[in-house]
Amino acid sequence: MFRNKLSYVGAVILCLFVLSALLAPWLAPCDPYAISLSEQLARPSAAHLLGQDGNGADILSRLLYGGRISFAVGVTVVFFSGGIGVFLGLLSGYHGGLLDMILMRVVDILLAFPGLLLAIALVAVLGPNMSNVVLALTVMGWVSFARLVRGQVLSVKERDYIQAARTSGQSDLRIMLAHVLPNVLSPVIVQATFSVAGVIVAEASLSFLGLGAPPGTPSWGAMLSEGKQVLLEAPHVSIFPGLAIMLVVLSINFLGDGLRDHFDPRVSRT
Amino acid sequence: MSPSNHAPVDSLLEVRNLSVAFEVNGREIPILQDVSFSLASRQTLGIVGESGSGKSVTALSLLKLIRRPPLLTMSGEILYRGKDLVELPSGEMRAIRGKEIAFIFQEPMTALNPVLTIGDQITEMIRAHERAGKKDARMRALQLLMEVGMSAPQMRMKSYPHELSGGMRQRAMIAMAISCNPSILIADEPTTALDVTIQAQILDLFRKLKDERRMSMLFITHDLGVIAEIADEVLVMHEGSVKEYAGVEDLFLAPKHPYTQKLLSLLPGRLPT
Repeated sequence: MFRNKLSYVGAVILCLFVLSALLAPWLAPCDPYAISLSEQLARPSAAHLLGQDGNGADILSRLLYGGRISFAVGVTVVFFSGGIGVFLGLLSGYHGGLLDMILMRVVDILLAFPGLLLAIALVAVLGPNMSNVVLALTVMGWVSFARLVRGQVLSVKERDYIQAARTSGQSDLRIMLAHVLPNVLSPVIVQATFSVAGVIVAEASLSFLGLGAPPGTPSWGAMLSEGKQVLLEAPHVSIFPGLAIMLVVLSINFLGDGLRDHFDPRVSRT
Repeated sequence: MSPSNHAPVDSLLEVRNLSVAFEVNGREIPILQDVSFSLASRQTLGIVGESGSGKSVTALSLLKLIRRPPLLTMSGEILYRGKDLVELPSGEMRAIRGKEIAFIFQEPMTALNPVLTIGDQITEMIRAHERAGKKDARMRALQLLMEVGMSAPQMRMKSYPHELSGGMRQRAMIAMAISCNPSILIADEPTTALDVTIQAQILDLFRKLKDERRMSMLFITHDLGVIAEIADEVLVMHEGSVKEYAGVEDLFLAPKHPYTQKLLSLLPGRLPT
């Protein structure tokens, strides 16, 4: 299925991260919330493989639990923003006219904001907690799906087989769901993959700014933020969450590249 | 305008003075002018003409499938079993499309959905018009594939269009078109994209299905040879209007309109008269 080795590597690393996040309660050597003030900022050791943070909590355990937040937010946001975006994009592209005009102007307006800034503003207004982070990132995220799907639908709906379906007396709803949707799905899957990576970074950024998970929650972005005050004396506090974010995002992007190649009809299939 | 030798007593479809105009760059362009013909039950009417003569627009207009824009006006009458389709609301029109009047396109490659299997597409079609369970519909789809002479029909149910040859795709299209037992089959250049041997097989299939299923057919082509083989009556179109409307033998033996005469004189292998 994958054309290049890189996307294989990406898939494997991503699977490891997802598994470790799912199995965090069994894999974590320590309680991620356990505070041990005597061991503040302790370097990596045999007991604490990745060291301890400013409260003396085990960084490895916190990373494992933090992965749950990252993946949960990433998947939830992409699920909702993808669903909304695909639905509105289908409607907009298929029906055209005034509806299309209005929807696409809304998309233009949302795209005019620097993405993260809008999310920051939303979370700041609604209050910093995880569900508001999901909400803000969804509001930000659906536009790219809507735009992508609309463009695809515009080209697909002119194809002969759509005309043929209309000729055979199928209703617009049926044509949209049974004939148009399956034909626009592959770019959506690729886009969704890349979006998960984007959302994970966005969640980390919001948490870094203190707008995400409540203080003390093991979120990668928040851990990075906690580490920044002690960057020189205890770099391991921020290096490991940073590495985790980087590895996950990179592996998702490799996977997305592979998927894109796989779905691209111009790249010959073997 | 009626063919001299045949009075349309039991006409299934009667088109009277159908005129269609498009709007192109703000200007009104007449596409069809006063097209009239009638189709009796179990008859085949051939529509012949060069590219741009209005054959396909005529066919699409019958089912009101031309979108506005470009469609500007459509006038005249299209009487199907006495009902005027021009005045019919879109919901009722949809019930006629595919169920009463089915359509077969020229390019079976592009007229089949590339991401759905043949079986799924036929099943979709049946379920669009009838309250059939998924299982029943699939059974019927399989029977239809057998009826149109698809080899290894069981396997083809699960095939995607790109896995089939041109002839098989056209058979699949035909199976889909006849799936709801239409009384009229409109075929728009159904054999043009096929090579000659397959073309002959498909024409045979059309004749067989028409007889067995007691359908009427509207057969559009630019190929006079195909017309001679399949049509009972012929409508010769040129620049959006009907030049001649006659029985097939009259047309070939005694063409009346100068355009038809010229058309026939251009047939390869025909002795100059």
